[in-house]
Amino acid sequence: MNNELSCQELVELVTDYLEGALSEMDKERFEAHVSVCYDCHSYFDQMRHTIRLIGRLSESALNPTVKDELLSLFRDWKKELPPADE
Amino acid sequence: MLTVEDAGIIQGLRRGDESVFVSLFNQYQNSLLRLALIYATDQRIAEEVVQETWLAVLKGIHRFEGRSALKTWIYSILINRAKTVAQREGRHSDLALSLDEQADLDESTVAVDRFRPDEDPQYPHHWLSGPQDWGELPEEKLLSDETRRVIFMAIEGLSPNQREVITLRDIEMLSSEEACNILGISESNQRVLLHRARGRVRQALEQYFGE
Ligand SMILES: [Zn+2]
Repeated sequence: MNNELSCQELVELVTDYLEGALSEMDKERFEAHVSVCYDCHSYFDQMRHTIRLIGRLSESALNPTVKDELLSLFRDWKKELPPADE
Repeated sequence: MLTVEDAGIIQGLRRGDESVFVSLFNQYQNSLLRLALIYATDQRIAEEVVQETWLAVLKGIHRFEGRSALKTWIYSILINRAKTVAQREGRHSDLALSLDEQADLDESTVAVDRFRPDEDPQYPHHWLSGPQDWGELPEEKLLSDETRRVIFMAIEGLSPNQREVITLRDIEMLSSEEACNILGISESNQRVLLHRARGRVRQALEQYFGE
């Protein structure tokens, strides 16, 4: 058995690497490969871009406004509250 | 363990402080809607599920013991509610789900023909056609609306389990512990789902950027 990772093996370990789930030895093998393999370096970089770009979906256009209906439900709920004695 | 911030919000809600409720709403409404849309057949059903979630939060706030973070609790209510409604509507039966996941487990993250074959004399399983360097792409292309649309469509095409994980982790930016608690799955199961989901999105982007 060769101790070095192949590129095909490496791509399946990217998430485990980013999640900190690799053993110390696998982590070293991963980093050693990425540092010398141009293509896997590009692949790893693509994954980091992918994650960053997915995160941009949180800036969605819908601007939430509390609907009157929900607010009136809140006020009904509030009326049922036991009197506070703080 | 409750944070000081959570404790303040909980006290405010228990007092019936409307401004606390409104600010909580503003903070979570988008996220809840996005999660509800994983299961709902349309926007209207998703909005109903979110509204029911808010009512359940109010009804439950006096009993909430703070064993999980407030956020985790609210998301869990939403997801349970959304799943119940989806089942009632006949979507995503458990069988369909598990078959879906099963098919996906057999698939590699990058197409097999992108690598040299096993019998390659020099570099078996090394890249045959390497990935493009996205660092060379102009930032306007990376951040364009079209790129967003490609990502959005790729996520919509994932299995519900993959969508849940990638939405919580990469869009809502929750920790893996929080996501596992909300979804009731193990860390390793979560990593597999996240890996497949991110891989699919990368594939979609690669295809789009390579056009
Ligand atoms: Zn490589």
